[in-house]
Amino acid sequence: MTNPYLPQPAEIISITKETTTDYTFRLKTDIQPDFGQFVEVSIPKVGEAPISVSNAQPGWIELTIRRVGHLTNELHELKPGDLLFIRGPYGKGFPKEQYRDKSLIIAAGGTGLAPVRNLINYYYQHPGEVRQLSLLMGFKTPEDILFKEDIEKWRSKFKVLLTVDKESPGWSGHVGLITNFVKDAVGENSSASRVIIVGPPLMMKFTSQEFIKYNIPEENIWLSFERKMCCGIGKCGHCRINDTYVCLEGPVFPYITAKNLLD
Amino acid sequence: MAYILTHAEFDTVLQRLKQDYILIGPVRKKNKGKFSDADLITYGQIESLSDLETNGKSQFSAKETIFPPSQTLFYFTEDEYREPKFEPQKQIVFLRACDFNAIKRLDLLFLENGQFVDAYYKRLREKTHFFVFGCEKSYENCFCVSTGTNQCEGYDAFLNFKGEKINLFPSEPFKRYFAGYEENEDILPQFIERNHIQVDIPEGLSTKIYDHPYWDQYGKRCIGCGRCNFSCPTCTCFTMQDIFYRDNKNAGERRRVWASCQVDGFTDMAGGHSYRKQQGERMRFKVMHKIHDFAKRFNMHMCVGCGRCDDVCPEYISFSQCISGLKGVVAHDN
Repeated sequence: MTNPYLPQPAEIISITKETTTDYTFRLKTDIQPDFGQFVEVSIPKVGEAPISVSNAQPGWIELTIRRVGHLTNELHELKPGDLLFIRGPYGKGFPKEQYRDKSLIIAAGGTGLAPVRNLINYYYQHPGEVRQLSLLMGFKTPEDILFKEDIEKWRSKFKVLLTVDKESPGWSGHVGLITNFVKDAVGENSSASRVIIVGPPLMMKFTSQEFIKYNIPEENIWLSFERKMCCGIGKCGHCRINDTYVCLEGPVFPYITAKNLLD
Repeated sequence: MAYILTHAEFDTVLQRLKQDYILIGPVRKKNKGKFSDADLITYGQIESLSDLETNGKSQFSAKETIFPPSQTLFYFTEDEYREPKFEPQKQIVFLRACDFNAIKRLDLLFLENGQFVDAYYKRLREKTHFFVFGCEKSYENCFCVSTGTNQCEGYDAFLNFKGEKINLFPSEPFKRYFAGYEENEDILPQFIERNHIQVDIPEGLSTKIYDHPYWDQYGKRCIGCGRCNFSCPTCTCFTMQDIFYRDNKNAGERRRVWASCQVDGFTDMAGGHSYRKQQGERMRFKVMHKIHDFAKRFNMHMCVGCGRCDDVCPEYISFSQCISGLKGVVAHDN
């Protein structure tokens, strides 16, 4: 019998320090996740946690991990060549077919950029698949900005709007909450656009409301949820909301489903 | 088809069964209860019929026989791991109808929810057979008749204790253990038909009830100890837990341990976000799962009416009264 809890060892190929607290680990693996899926990552004897895939190509995946707790502290001590354990990929990702030939807006707050980075990179390589892509990204401060090289790269093909909640010396870009810039991101013909919103719970709530205010139909919006998913396979119960298991039916949900998922 | 045996005759059958199975059932532990001079009825191995406690409700359910409170998933050494060498013995578990119905709920979650089968659960489940014994009386806080779980089918054997005799209804594969005893055509299994407590599970529940002040009373009263979850025969939540051994930090194990949606930390995520910080919200989450959300997914209510959550609550919160109260709230609001 196959045991779904068995993790596979994955060697760390490289580590990129995005910020002082966010590192991106590139792992050697055959796992080929869909856009928006997650994996369970563990260090034996320390613990296991769900982490979204922030980039993937045949042969490797990347995970962007913030140092915020017991497991992630240990993760940040690892070096290239060390082993991590992973299992997955799990969950339902972004329905890419529904964005084909549409104008797509991706709004990401903070580490919420990680679960959509892979999708953005895909469109960077296949720009003809969507009619137009706009990126709206918000971070707390300029020091918190993730994937700076990617963002510069994306600017060459997409409309990019990058804002910080609080500026620091040397910052000449936008300042203010992401919700302040929804109107700019929407532009004309808003009702035909598709929108992906990923970030902290309150950011997703208020950003959704803002997009709806600017005539984006509810059925054109998708969100990605973060929950404590101990097992990733619909058994442990931690991620359940109503009769929905975020690890099975999510983490990506259409807004019309998500708005009824009340904790 | 049934056998009517004396206790001594059934003991002979049990000795035959013991050749092939471990026998597990509720046993009484003298003076181990939570109050002085009170006994504890808990699940344990039985050698003969006299070990089986049929008069009284066990504090914990039979779920621990297939879903242990703590279960090792792997052993780690350095960067390697291996699964426990685990060849469970065949076991027969004696339990009541409510608890047997609860096993069906566990099966749905562990074997059918999502695309993966839970390997650890399945290994134990496949080795386990269930002998259900009828309740001669309804116990404190029981409301199984209201949840329709006073009756059951699909058991490996059913027993009715009738004074000096026992009416036994073995399934076909177990009849061979009754060889030499005469079969009786006329009698049928008897289930308990009345509880002191009746509840009426409200129809028409929805997320509209979430913000209702009804839940506030539980916010004030519940202390979040989780006993209701741990004693519940249908609660299945668990948490992964990695540990290393104190005398050898290079070795350790990954376990899963029972978790409670009422206890702090159940929804905690890296970075400090969590959901349902108030006990009232947690009560709502639990109650809605037991009598609404589970049924939406699996077409049967999760709660089996055993009343153990009421038995063990240190704050005297009553689940059955909560449901009845909710019925009133729904009726009023509609």
